[in-house]
Amino acid sequence: MPPLPQLSLSGVVPFNWYLILSVILFALGVAGFLFRRNIITVFMSIELMLNAVNLTFISFSYKMNQNDGHIFSFFVMVVAAAEAAVGLAIILTVFKNRQTLEIDEVSSLKN
Amino acid sequence: MDAILFLLFAGVAVLCGINLVLQTHPISSALSLVGVMGALALIYLQLGGEFIAMAQLIVYAGAVMVLFVFVIMLLNEGKERKVHRKLWVRWAGAPLLFAFVAMMSAIVVRILPPSEGVTFGKMTQGTAQAVGTKLFTIYLLPFEVTSVLILIAIIGAIVLASKEVD
Repeated sequence: MPPLPQLSLSGVVPFNWYLILSVILFALGVAGFLFRRNIITVFMSIELMLNAVNLTFISFSYKMNQNDGHIFSFFVMVVAAAEAAVGLAIILTVFKNRQTLEIDEVSSLKN
Repeated sequence: MDAILFLLFAGVAVLCGINLVLQTHPISSALSLVGVMGALALIYLQLGGEFIAMAQLIVYAGAVMVLFVFVIMLLNEGKERKVHRKLWVRWAGAPLLFAFVAMMSAIVVRILPPSEGVTFGKMTQGTAQAVGTKLFTIYLLPFEVTSVLILIAIIGAIVLASKEVD
């Protein structure tokens, strides 16, 4: 078992703290996705997960000293923006047709 | 100094993330998400990603979140209704989540032992010039494909949002 990261406030940050932060944010995104019942909040949790993945890309980009990770996370941002536009349009349509944003009530495909 | 700044930004990000999950009104969640994105932009800056930090602030914390807030205001749904969940779901959720975080952190620590720290300024490839050069030479085709994707997304959003109720 390798030694755990040491807490040293004056020194530099161990590299893997960034990855652990990314893990925590991703887990929070999963929690929001599963626990919340509002479509918009569920959608925002997905954005949180995408942000956590972006942090991993940029951390490894630092580690490798190359900027390819920055470009990948740039593409992730662009795709997330497109996804937000389409997703929010879908949410608007759902609300217009059903007058609700509760995720449990939109279940036409279930049966 | 680096460690203090990192802990500050990471703490803000995690607290805002927890707030996002716990709030029942979507507008509070949206503002927490803006907090997470701002803190993450500062962490990107610490990792040497100048261009991507600014893009994060402008595109994510600016444009995307404004879109979210627009839709929340437009629909004006208010607080989420309390739902009745099963007992084991209520009590097993948080421990499972902690188990997930602990497992992933253990994997991260095992694969990447803390060899060297992150020093500010060591990464020099994150400037707009360096990123732009690579984006318009090696990654030119994905870049152009992305522009087509954005166009399709815009058209799709307009068609979806302007459809009449049937």
